[in-house]
Amino acid sequence: MKRLRWGLWAVVAVFAALLALFALQLSRPKDDFVQSAMIGKPVPEFALPAAVEIRPGLSSADLADGRPKLLNIFASWCVPCAAEAPYLAELERQGATIVAVAIRDRPEDVAAFLERYGNPFARIGADDKSEVQFLIGSSGVPETFVVDGKGVIRHQHIGDIRESDVPKLLEKLREAGE
Amino acid sequence: MSPSLVVPDLIRDRWPLGRSGRPAVPAFAGTTLLAGIALLMALLAAPVAAQDSLPPAPYAYQQLDDPKLEAQAQALMQTLRCLKCQSQSIADSDAPMAGDMRHQVRSRLMAGDRPEEIRDWLIDRYGDYVSYEPRVTSATWPLFALPLVLFVVALLVVARRLRKRA
Repeated sequence: MKRLRWGLWAVVAVFAALLALFALQLSRPKDDFVQSAMIGKPVPEFALPAAVEIRPGLSSADLADGRPKLLNIFASWCVPCAAEAPYLAELERQGATIVAVAIRDRPEDVAAFLERYGNPFARIGADDKSEVQFLIGSSGVPETFVVDGKGVIRHQHIGDIRESDVPKLLEKLREAGE
Repeated sequence: MSPSLVVPDLIRDRWPLGRSGRPAVPAFAGTTLLAGIALLMALLAAPVAAQDSLPPAPYAYQQLDDPKLEAQAQALMQTLRCLKCQSQSIADSDAPMAGDMRHQVRSRLMAGDRPEEIRDWLIDRYGDYVSYEPRVTSATWPLFALPLVLFVVALLVVARRLRKRA
């Protein structure tokens, strides 16, 4: 009889532990972001035509030209992409080379977007079927990748870049250049 | 809700001005004039509500000619997660990105890839989360092992009780 009671307490303890686990997990903020599994791997081969006349297109070879870069995934139809524009401009002003991929966009829309929000991009590739987005494991716009001089993805920033993200991205870029 | 109230949320959630971003219009806003203005504003807002202006990728909504391949595509698409609307499969979702993923699935099947190769290709890029099909991995094996363990324990308990009674 004594042993049975111990058994019952064990069941209660297991149940309480489960409850505690649920409480812990449920109280954590929900994280909807899907991290790319390509971090630490080279950017797969691709070649995109130019999204606008004033800038050349983008290929994987451009990302492996020896200098670390920021690769910005954006679209003219994406509201947060407009919100991050001043901070991309700030990153460029502080010496970052930024190349971009425009997702599912028309040349005239991209041109109008750049006209309105500024153009910090050295190259802009047009990704009409989100193919490059899938290649690098990006799951939305905007996203910004740090790519080192050998074309290896070193860091992924999901969502719009805010003021507080600028120093962090510059730091990641510096690390990628070492 | 006015559009200006919607935008900060959209920025936080990384959503484009999409289907859900369309402002709700008070259809009967007191006077007919107000209703007329509201209707006019709704019509003006409609172009803004577009997610993007490109047509869907060729195989986003187009089935494959070979029914066997299309059946494989359907089965696979039912078990791949839409990354933009994460509780839907890419077969269920109308998000442009889901359409582009369906295009990937169908064109890769046509090119001769097997369904599981396509799933692995996506898992290589997005992790296990992109697949709805449970896999036994170093992180998930307890989920598969635990029912077996509990079953064995239950058998032992029953066996002991029966032996005691006998």
